[in-house]
Amino acid sequence: MENLVAYSLVAVYSAMGVYTVAFILFTLDLAKRSVAATDAASAAPAEAAAVASSSSATVTAASGSSATVTAASGAGSASGVATTIERPVTAAASALSTDGPVGATRFQKAAVALAALGWLLHLAAVLTRGVAAERVPWANMFEFGLTATAVGMGTFLGALLWKDVRYLGAYISGFTLLALGIVTVNFYVDVVPLPPALQSGWLVIHVLVAVLATGFFAIGAGLSIMQLLRSRAAASKAEGLRFVQTLPGASALESLAYRVNVVGFVFWTFTLIAGAIWAERAWGRYWGWDTKEVWTFIIWTLFAGYIHARATRGWRGDRSAWLAIIGFGAVIFNYTVVNLFFKGLHAYSGL
Amino acid sequence: MEPLRPSDHIDADALAAERAAERDDQEASGDARGASAAIAQPALGAVGWLRFAWRQLTSMRTALVLLLLLAVAAIPGSLVPQRSADPNGVVQYREDNPELFDILDTLQVFDTYTSVWFSAIYLLLFVSLIGCIIPRTLHHARALRSAPPKTPARLGRLVGYRTMDAPATVEQALDAAHAELRRRRYRVARYGDSLSAERGYLRETGNLVFHMALVGVLATIGFAGGFAYNGQKVLVQDQTFVNQLTSYDSFNPGRFFDDARLDAYGIRLDEFSAEYGLDQTTGIVQPLDFTAAVTVTENGEQRERVIKVNEPIDLAGTRLYLLGNGFAPVVTVRDAAGEVVFSEPVAFLPQDANLTSLGIIKVPDGLDEQLGMIGFFYPSALPLESGALTSIYPEPDQPVLTLNAFTGDLGLDDGVPRNAYALDTDDLEQITGGDTGTDSLVLGLGQSADLPNGIGSVEFTALPRFVSVDIHHDPTQAGVLVSSLLILGGLVVSLWVPRRRMWVTATATDDGVRLQYAGLARGDDPGLEQAVADLADAHSQRLAPTLES
Ligand code: HEM
Repeated sequence: MENLVAYSLVAVYSAMGVYTVAFILFTLDLAKRSVAATDAASAAPAEAAAVASSSSATVTAASGSSATVTAASGAGSASGVATTIERPVTAAASALSTDGPVGATRFQKAAVALAALGWLLHLAAVLTRGVAAERVPWANMFEFGLTATAVGMGTFLGALLWKDVRYLGAYISGFTLLALGIVTVNFYVDVVPLPPALQSGWLVIHVLVAVLATGFFAIGAGLSIMQLLRSRAAASKAEGLRFVQTLPGASALESLAYRVNVVGFVFWTFTLIAGAIWAERAWGRYWGWDTKEVWTFIIWTLFAGYIHARATRGWRGDRSAWLAIIGFGAVIFNYTVVNLFFKGLHAYSGL
Repeated sequence: MEPLRPSDHIDADALAAERAAERDDQEASGDARGASAAIAQPALGAVGWLRFAWRQLTSMRTALVLLLLLAVAAIPGSLVPQRSADPNGVVQYREDNPELFDILDTLQVFDTYTSVWFSAIYLLLFVSLIGCIIPRTLHHARALRSAPPKTPARLGRLVGYRTMDAPATVEQALDAAHAELRRRRYRVARYGDSLSAERGYLRETGNLVFHMALVGVLATIGFAGGFAYNGQKVLVQDQTFVNQLTSYDSFNPGRFFDDARLDAYGIRLDEFSAEYGLDQTTGIVQPLDFTAAVTVTENGEQRERVIKVNEPIDLAGTRLYLLGNGFAPVVTVRDAAGEVVFSEPVAFLPQDANLTSLGIIKVPDGLDEQLGMIGFFYPSALPLESGALTSIYPEPDQPVLTLNAFTGDLGLDDGVPRNAYALDTDDLEQITGGDTGTDSLVLGLGQSADLPNGIGSVEFTALPRFVSVDIHHDPTQAGVLVSSLLILGGLVVSLWVPRRRMWVTATATDDGVRLQYAGLARGDDPGLEQAVADLADAHSQRLAPTLES
């Protein structure tokens, strides 16, 4: 067992090493993109003009993937129906600014590969820790941090299969690296047996779901940060960070962030309910405004506010993005400051 | 146009998208419209103002602001101890910061979650919520029974707009579209040469269920909570607790409680056992298991039960939880003649992980003067270099009791309730320990020592254990659980069932029919554009055989 614990730590440090390189490459990618971005920016008006002038054509396949898709599938219905598809110019032109990232560099591929490798090591660290402890690897702050960052990174890599969000790579790998460093250096504790209050099936489910929620909120916050940068850049014609121009449009980022955050919110709601059920068994009441309960409630309320903001005039866009970021900030606060410095029943940091 | 539901903010914009397509535009104009709507409220006297105020209160923006306010208002309660959760912390806070304490106490910060300001926010929020649910429910009930609304005049600006030419008649095309929309579980209505279809009503249903269940939580707590009660009892080994008001150490009744509600049962602690693990490298002791074996007497029947942390037992509508444990040394005090004047187990409160414990012994009668003692108990005592003792393990391997004795008036007779776990030494004279020149009494198990001045003697007679048991009756649990599950279910449905409208129009052309398709999202719906495309594809496939025949 001692050995496994040591292996787990070795895996953590190796993962951190690999993540460091991935982070550097992701950052380089963004930096190099900015050069490409300036090119793209100067090219953009010309392209737009081209689209506009060809708009009278029946099929505007110049840009906008959906137009191409429909054209293809129209042909695919090979039943001889003569189909001609028209899409309005405005949609085609706006697709220019909202569609996938442009200007990704060759660093990106390597960065993603390294992030995946780092994640495998990271996962190995989590698993060996769990095996060594003979229980779930999330019973103290170190383990929670280790597992939550693995879930965050895993969610990011999984999301790549669904959407090209590689522009988040620098944020996620940087964040993971920082968090891993802090938990291993400052919060590390050896494997110890569970105190009676933690000996419950609810530890598995309540904390697992909290970890998942945290992973999703982390990515949501990343997207919201990008969204803010993007809308800043759009508002001020000034140069600013140039890679920003290679990102998807602010509203595409916003709706992506929303979709990620609502998954986090559902998980969080479940965490809250499961926590209350467990609290009833362990402490004799399902809700008692214990500090950790208070902060879980605050976070839930903030994200409920965020969801409302998205449906409220004047609050969509930047303001709702800020709410998502503040919400994630509260998650981090709940995990660090509340665990370490606030007094309460949730005294399980293991420190 | 049909009446707007509160959730139609975006939808309204989307309908207005016939005019404006760019989101950023919408936002800007949305702001402007919102502002002018507020200003344009005519001054209609009292009723008008009331209606205006109500509309403001039940607006989405107010709900949002109140939600955020609620989040912020919850923060102070996590920064300072709360009377409900940590009463000792509040006392400590008062000692540490007497001035700040008074200010904060006036502001009810030590009772944040029952304070006027916190209550005001959540009550307003729930009034707003109810004012928002009712019209939406009515509207939704109507929508469920009515046909999808008329096809907009111009589809060109709506989502996923596309046109397709097909060599078929208008009727053929519309019949095929109708069939296809039905297959996709749309509700379809025909208006002239167009179809209007809608699906995803479940989304709004889920949303309404979610919001109603929120009210359900609050209402359950508000009403059923009045019948709740809970109490605490320190139960020493071999002692029996009888479930009646006077037996409790502390008791918190709900508003509607009356003591006839307490069912008579008895419970005796037979044995308490604790298991610990010692980490050899760090020397840190970890509790592994606490088990209380008890005998329950109910309706004349006796049963043996086990209570553990995380495993409460249910008894006569109450639930019993094992929340704490410790040692209750039996101290026997004799007078100068050797007559026993006091012999009782006294629960000592644990102060650290190795169960160094602090206890207060009060002997009001039988001696010339009243006697009070402050005791420290060390289960596994080890002398430090300084001569002071410490406990190195939470099990009684080397139990030692030290006592500082005081004589004088304990203040028990003046009718003011006294904390059993505190000794007010201001008016007492210390006779052992401290600066008295006489050492504290130090007793191993079974040992005795004389008190100074020939007062008598003290013996450390026995060492039973105690557990502290919380007894709760909480009739809100079932209602809150059901509401919570509805919250979760409603949430999932309302976030992931897409609600959308779809239109198909057909216009006869020289060589067939020109079809137009478009959709409208009601709420967040990233897949809409694709859905319109899919519909158009499937439709053209359906039309294909028509042509061949
Ligand atoms: C206790 C306070 C409230 C909480 C915690 C809350 C929470 C939520 C949540 C989590 C959602 C998203 C999930 C869903 O659609 O079911 C939501 C949506 C919604 N809420 Fe609330 N809500 C509250 C009060 C209100 C009030 C007072 C109103 C009306 C003014 C309101 C109107 C809406 C509307 C219209 C939506 C749909 C938004 C959309 O389509 O995206 N809510 N609410």
